[in-house]
Amino acid sequence: MARSISRRRQVVVTLLAWAIGLAIFFPILWTILTSFKTEAEAIASPPSLFMFDWTLENYGEVQERSNYFRHFSNSVIISLGSTLLGLLIAIPAAWSMAFVPAKRTKDILMWMLSTKMLPPVGVLIPIYLLFRDTGLLDTRTGLVIVLTLVNLPIIIWMLFTYFREIPGEILEASRMDGAQLWDEIIYVLTPMAIPGIASTLLLNVILAWNEAFWTLNLTAAKAAPLTAFIASYSSPEGLFYAKLSAASTMAIAPILILGWFSQKQLVRGLTFGAVK
Amino acid sequence: MNYFTRALMGASALSLLATGAMAEKITIATVNNGDMVRMQKLTDDFTAKNPGIELEWVTLEENILRQRVTTDIATKGGQYDVMTIGTYEVPIWAKQDWLVSLNDLPESYDMDDLLPAIRGGLTIGGELYAAPFYGESSMVMYRKDLMEKAGLEMPDAPTWDFIGKAARAMTDKDNEIYGVCLRGKAGWGENMALLTATANSFGARWFDMDWKPQFDGDAWKNTLNFYIDLMNDAGPPGASSNGFNENLSLFQSGKCGMWIDATVAASFVTNPKDSQVADKVGFALAPDNGLGKRGNWLWAWSLAIPAGTQKQDAAKKFVEWATSKEYLALVAENEGWANVPPGTRTSLYENPEYAKVPFAKMTLDSINSADPNNPTVDPVPYVGVQFVAIPEFQGIATSVGQQFSAALAGTVSVDDALASAQSLTEREMKRAGYIK
Repeated sequence: MARSISRRRQVVVTLLAWAIGLAIFFPILWTILTSFKTEAEAIASPPSLFMFDWTLENYGEVQERSNYFRHFSNSVIISLGSTLLGLLIAIPAAWSMAFVPAKRTKDILMWMLSTKMLPPVGVLIPIYLLFRDTGLLDTRTGLVIVLTLVNLPIIIWMLFTYFREIPGEILEASRMDGAQLWDEIIYVLTPMAIPGIASTLLLNVILAWNEAFWTLNLTAAKAAPLTAFIASYSSPEGLFYAKLSAASTMAIAPILILGWFSQKQLVRGLTFGAVK
Repeated sequence: MNYFTRALMGASALSLLATGAMAEKITIATVNNGDMVRMQKLTDDFTAKNPGIELEWVTLEENILRQRVTTDIATKGGQYDVMTIGTYEVPIWAKQDWLVSLNDLPESYDMDDLLPAIRGGLTIGGELYAAPFYGESSMVMYRKDLMEKAGLEMPDAPTWDFIGKAARAMTDKDNEIYGVCLRGKAGWGENMALLTATANSFGARWFDMDWKPQFDGDAWKNTLNFYIDLMNDAGPPGASSNGFNENLSLFQSGKCGMWIDATVAASFVTNPKDSQVADKVGFALAPDNGLGKRGNWLWAWSLAIPAGTQKQDAAKKFVEWATSKEYLALVAENEGWANVPPGTRTSLYENPEYAKVPFAKMTLDSINSADPNNPTVDPVPYVGVQFVAIPEFQGIATSVGQQFSAALAGTVSVDDALASAQSLTEREMKRAGYIK
C-alpha cells in the first residue's frame, strides 16, 4: 500500500514537474514554431500548433537583411569578456570577504547589491558622456567594461556564498604547508570552488548575453550584439512576427544550446551548499 | 616592363587603394517598417551613383530608436550621420539647434514638390530641417460587404454619428464580427494619437492659450464617453490592449467592420498575400462632428542630419537621394507603384500610374485635411495634430493614455480618468514652468 501511494505520488510529481517545465518553455517553443510560419499564419486565429506549411523563408530573409555573424561574434566577445574580467576581479574580492572578513564586510556586500537596485536609465547620460569622451561608444571594449561593472555585484555575491562553504581549516593547513596567498587561491581554493565558479561563469554569460539596456544604448553599427539584431525586427506598425521570431530564435539558439549542455554543471553549482 | 610602366601601375594601384581607404562611411539610424527595409535593399543605386560613400545601417524598433537617437543627439555623441525621426521631434530638435538645415539642397530636388502639409510640419522659421521619407494620416478602412449587409453606405467624409450607427449595425458578436476596431493600448503614440485627433474633431484641445490643461471641459468628456460607449457596444474584447498591430491582425482576419488608423495600413489590408479581406476594403476620410476639424492625424518619418556629424556633405547626398522623385520611380520600377513610400510629393499623386492604387486619393485627401499649425477648433499655443510638440508631451501623454486605457477596460470611470488626466498634466506643466 505504502509503495503504491509512493508510486502515485511519484507519477503526480513527475507530471507536475513536466507541466511546469513545459509552461516555462512554452513561450520559447511558440517563438520557434512561429519562425517557421508565414506572416499570415503567424497571426491566424485560432493559431495552429504544428499543422501549418513549414517554411524557411523567414530565416532566409533575416540572413539576407542582417549580418547575423557580426552580431553573434559581438555577443560572444562581450558576454565572455565581461564575465572573465568580472571573475578576475571577483575571485580575490570574494576570497577576502569570505576568509578575512572585516567589520564592515556585510555592509560592503549590501552596498554592492544596492547598486543593482538603481534603474540603469538613471545613469545613462553620465555613462554615455564618459563613453563619448573616452571614445568607447559603439566599441566592444566599452561594453565589456560596462557589463563587467553591471554584473560584478552578482558575481561577487555568488562566489562569496560558495567560498563561505569551504572550511577555513583547509586554507589554514595549506598556509602551514607554506602556501602563499596566490598559491592558496589558485591551487587550493579555486579547485574546490570549481562548481561554484563554473555556475557563476555560466549564469553571468547568460545575463550578459541577454542584457538589452546597455547593449542597445551604447552601440550603433560596429559593436551591436544580438539584442540589437532582435530589436531591428520588432515594429509597432507592421506585422513581422514570423521574421521577428526567426531573428529571436537565431539569437537565443547559442545560449539555449550552451545551457542545455551545461545544465548539470549549472544545477550543481546553483545548489552548491544548499543542503547541509 | 620598363621602369615607367611599373611606376604607372604602382601609382594606379596606390590610387585605387587610396580611393577605397577614403570612402566615407555614413551611419544611418532607421526604423523597421516595410518602406525603410525596401530602401535598404535599393541602396546599390545610391552607392553606384556615389562611389565614394559607403552606407552602414542601424535598424531599431521605433521606441528604442527614439530613445537611442535622442540620447545621442542631446549629448552630441556623434554616432549617426543620418537619423530617421518623426514629425514630433523635428520642431523640438530644430529649436535646440540639433539639426542641420536642408534649405541648401540643390534645385533639382524640387522642394516645392513636397506636400505642403508635410513640409509645413518639418519647417521651422522657414528652414526645412528634415526631408520626408514617407507621410501618413489616418482614415477609415471599412468592409464594403459588411456595410452593404448592414444596409448602409459609407460617405466619403463620414461623421462620428454615422460611424457609431454603422459600427453597431455591423456588429455580430456571436460570429466574432466587431463593428469598429480602435486603438486602446496606452501610449502617447498609441491610444493618445487616436484620442487626441478624435478630440480635435469634438472641439477639445490639450491646452488653452495659457497652457492650462483642458481635460476638465465638456469636450474631452464627450470624446471619451463617445469612444468608450462605442467600443463597449461594437468593439472587440480586450480592446484596451490593442494597438496598430493587434487591430491590423483583427481586420486582416475579417473580424472588424471598420478600422480607423494610419493610412499606411491600406497597403497591408489590401495585400491578398496577408489579408483575407483584401478585395472587400473601402476607404473614407476620418470622421468629423461638423465643427470644422476631422479626427485624422498627420505624421511623417523623415531623414534628418544631426548638427554634430563630421560627414554633412555625404549625409546630405544620401538624404537627397532617398527622398527624391527619382527614388520613388526606382521603387515603382522594382517593387510596383503600390509599394512606393506615400505621402511626400505632389508629383506622385499627379502620376496616372499611381492614381490607379486604390488608396492613393484617400491618403492624399487625408493628409491635406490635417493642419498641424491649426489642429483644433479653438486656438492653441502648440503645433501638432495628434501630439503637442513640447518635450514633456511623451511622458504626460503616456500617463494620460494609461488613465484612458483603464477607463476603456472599465477599471476606472470616465470622470475619474479625466480628473486624473487633468491633475497629472497640471502637475507636470507646473514643474516644467509653463504655468504657475
